[in-house]
Amino acid sequence: MKKQLIALLRQNARLSNEQLAVMLGATEAAVAAEIRALEEQGVIMGYSAIVNEEKIEQEQVTAIIELRVTPQKDCGFEEIASIITQYEEVESLSLMAGAYDLAVTVKGANVKDIAMFVSQRLAPLSGVLSTATYFILKTYKEKGIFIETEEKDERGFFCP
Amino acid sequence: MIDYESILSEKVKEMKPSGIRKFFDLAANTEGVISLGVGEPDFQTPWAVRKTALDVLERKRMIYSANQGMNELREEISAYLDRKYNIKYDAKGEVIVTVGGSEAIDLAIRALVNPGDEVLIVEPCFVCYKPIVELMHGKAISISTKQENRFKLTADELRSHLTDRTKLLILPYPNNPTGGIMTREDLEAIAEVLRDTNVLVLSDEIYSELTYGRKHCSIAEIDGMWERTIYVSGFSKAFAMTGWRLGYVCAPQPIAVQMLKIHQYAIMCAPTMSQYAAITALRDCDREVEKMTEEYNVRRRILVDGFNRIGLTCFEPEGAFYVFPCIRSTGMTSEDFCARLLEEEKVAVVPGNAFGESGEGFVRVSYAYSLKHLMEALKCIERFVKRHTQGE
Repeated sequence: MKKQLIALLRQNARLSNEQLAVMLGATEAAVAAEIRALEEQGVIMGYSAIVNEEKIEQEQVTAIIELRVTPQKDCGFEEIASIITQYEEVESLSLMAGAYDLAVTVKGANVKDIAMFVSQRLAPLSGVLSTATYFILKTYKEKGIFIETEEKDERGFFCP
Repeated sequence: MIDYESILSEKVKEMKPSGIRKFFDLAANTEGVISLGVGEPDFQTPWAVRKTALDVLERKRMIYSANQGMNELREEISAYLDRKYNIKYDAKGEVIVTVGGSEAIDLAIRALVNPGDEVLIVEPCFVCYKPIVELMHGKAISISTKQENRFKLTADELRSHLTDRTKLLILPYPNNPTGGIMTREDLEAIAEVLRDTNVLVLSDEIYSELTYGRKHCSIAEIDGMWERTIYVSGFSKAFAMTGWRLGYVCAPQPIAVQMLKIHQYAIMCAPTMSQYAAITALRDCDREVEKMTEEYNVRRRILVDGFNRIGLTCFEPEGAFYVFPCIRSTGMTSEDFCARLLEEEKVAVVPGNAFGESGEGFVRVSYAYSLKHLMEALKCIERFVKRHTQGE
């Protein structure tokens, strides 16, 4: 049940325990207990909405920044990662295998904000060798949900 | 002027067009229809299967295969049936690859039915059996199954329809449209009735991968039944491959030989590209099939619960991807219900009587749709039912 429960909540975290119980063929109490356990174990860390940013009045810009970093002697990338995660502009941070080391997703009110963040906060950090900033123009799909372009059902209305 | 009426085959002219034709037109002229009406998966064909097709298109010539289908595929079908359902067919002389399960059904009926032969058809059921039987000048005899029996065929129902003219029993489980299944015990009882007769069984098991809570059992596995069973299945439902048009029929060699002649003259061979792809489906897609089945199961539970809550009683179907709620509480006929639901709430479901008279009083609801889509449709149906059970 655990695996399927997580899969359902990933798709729609607003399903009620009652609905989840029906879908999983379990009791409501069992579902509630399982969710509580998942939260306590830190498997489920929170719930959030998937938002179509283009439909929000307030303008927002998202950028992905690639950082090349010199790893430190004892702690590798951990220390610089812990510093970067402190900034509230940072939405996500991942250590990468490949041509660069850290991928930072940053949100700001406009391009200038993000440029300032990169040049004044990220670039000067000790250990940072280089940065490359990419601005997101449009998002088509997020967390498995199609933004704007709904998948079209090409099947007919009826077939026996 | 040619008088076509006098020229055309009487048997073909007698064939009724599909009972849901008028709903097609109605739906086509309505904007924003939420359909729960189709009988094909909403999933994409597993990537490994599509990749195989792309690869062979690049590397191979698309020539005719052997009439009975590619060797390698027949071997794979034989191994798969053994592995999954413990039924054994010799890939060399007992397996024919067909253009969908539909052609397999056509071959079986045409190879067996003589004029005047009686063919027992378990209803409600898929729509093609009766017309093909009648085209062969056979007599289609309906056996109506009942909701209180979860739409299973009972031994008594079977026995009471047997005559000395009975040639064939068509047994379509897991069932479209009801979602009913036959368990091993149910099949044992049927076998008990048939074992000492010369009646054969056409077992249409196209939905065999889609059962919930228990594994499918084939009648060919029951003692004494293999030799009187023609086994029909295909790739459309389990592997989400409807458009690839690929199925198969397995039968004892004396029957297979006759079916192969028809197939050879009418069809030549099933599409070669699909045959290559199907090998991958059988070999490498167990996990994908399992994932689809899990997803169908979640949807099935939400619909059964939803309909019962709304007051359209719905037995718990254990197979295929349909639920079959009873709509008698609304006082409407199946067709009325469907027409008005489409008109008022723009939701399309199929009237149960399209699958035989015993489907009257029910509608078929497909859950080959996303959860979101199903939940939205349920809300509309609930509104509709409330309006028509209180307001009248």
